Amino acid sequence: MRRRLKAGDEVLLTGTILTARDAAHQRLCDILKKGKPLPLNLKDAVIYYCGPTPARPGRAIGSCGPTTSSRMDAFTPQLIRLGLGGMIGKGGRSEEVTDAIKKHRCVYFLAVGGIGALLSTKVRSSKVVLFSDLGPEAVYKLEVKDFPLLVAIDSKGNNIYGKAGRKKK
Amino acid sequence: MREIAASKIREAVTELCLKANFELRSDILKALKAAVSKETNVRARNILKAIIENAKLAKKKRLAICQDTGLVSIFLELGNDVAIKGDLEEALHKGVEDAYKKGYLRKSMVADPLIRKNTNTNTPCIFTFNLVKGDSLKVTVSPKGFGSENKSAIKMFKPTAGQNEIIAFVLEVVKDAGADACPPLVLGIGMGGTFDYAAQLSKRAILRPIETKNAKKHIRALEKAILNAVNSLNIGPMGLGGRTTALGVNIEEFPTHIAGLPVAVSVSCHATRSAERTL
Repeated sequence: MRRRLKAGDEVLLTGTILTARDAAHQRLCDILKKGKPLPLNLKDAVIYYCGPTPARPGRAIGSCGPTTSSRMDAFTPQLIRLGLGGMIGKGGRSEEVTDAIKKHRCVYFLAVGGIGALLSTKVRSSKVVLFSDLGPEAVYKLEVKDFPLLVAIDSKGNNIYGKAGRKKK
Repeated sequence: MREIAASKIREAVTELCLKANFELRSDILKALKAAVSKETNVRARNILKAIIENAKLAKKKRLAICQDTGLVSIFLELGNDVAIKGDLEEALHKGVEDAYKKGYLRKSMVADPLIRKNTNTNTPCIFTFNLVKGDSLKVTVSPKGFGSENKSAIKMFKPTAGQNEIIAFVLEVVKDAGADACPPLVLGIGMGGTFDYAAQLSKRAILRPIETKNAKKHIRALEKAILNAVNSLNIGPMGLGGRTTALGVNIEEFPTHIAGLPVAVSVSCHATRSAERTL
């Protein structure tokens, strides 16, 4: 399915996604560095670079927009090699990430930044599943319905930002 | 001397943190609406409309406009006929802590830049004073997200540098920020003073409503020139193209040394937040 997506396509995502940002990425990669298995299965998973605000009573989640993806660039290729299916964030990615996306047929989506209240209405449930001590940086499992996204880098390596979006390190 | 109780300041800080995070500034909202009608790029227009819809929803449901509810900077204008009764510093931190708990706002502060353990209170906040005449205290709260803060920059120019060099520097900063800083941006520029004071001025510049121009004619002209140049970059909302790359450019200037010309650029996102109250 994800191989049919093209850079520039607008999509509505329904299903399960996992949040992870800087601290969680660092921990996951530290575990890999030690040669140990990850405490969660990333095969075909979608990671959302997001640290939500706490949910008000009666709501599934608080404000939950994307954070800057490029901060995760140093960690991302190893997660893609483990079979990661997709990523959601904002902004461009490094050349290494773009190459890994192409090689392993992954996909990178953009969500609009700074509209976290609106995006929270597309989340049905949220639950911390890993690294709860990290607070807003914990890994949350989200069930989303019609979550609005834009394909930024498709599985062939086409990039919505053009060549300028391929940031050099 | 007029006495102001620290407890009143604590309450004001809480109220202002909540207001800033739930209610998008009216000048920003107005600029966004104006941008929708001028924007010719369809995708850019749709993003601007989503930003406006988000602001409406956030206000109505008391939800944070953006999940990055920021590091809180507090700007105090203290009248010289005011005496604070109680612990002012504690009032500022506790006021922030109360708001972030009560308002279900994200706690984004880590206690140490290297050890990085969350303080779980969104404190400490950062505060600065200006001394003014009179018997009142003006409190301005500015929670700022780090997607944009990470893109701010400063340059120490030669005193003989011209306006074109300054404009070129600002354009480099905006290009480097690209999509990451959540354009359309608000740019606060501090010129003059010292290394640290220029940066502080650039922060204060963001607090001024973007429809209010600098009082000095030549600075006003530079604000306009920079805004036009930035909006010609075709970065657009979320970096996907369009003529709306910045909503406003505010410059604050200060006398400086014969040997230098510091210029600081505070990059701020479309969810530029601040709220103020005079006690």
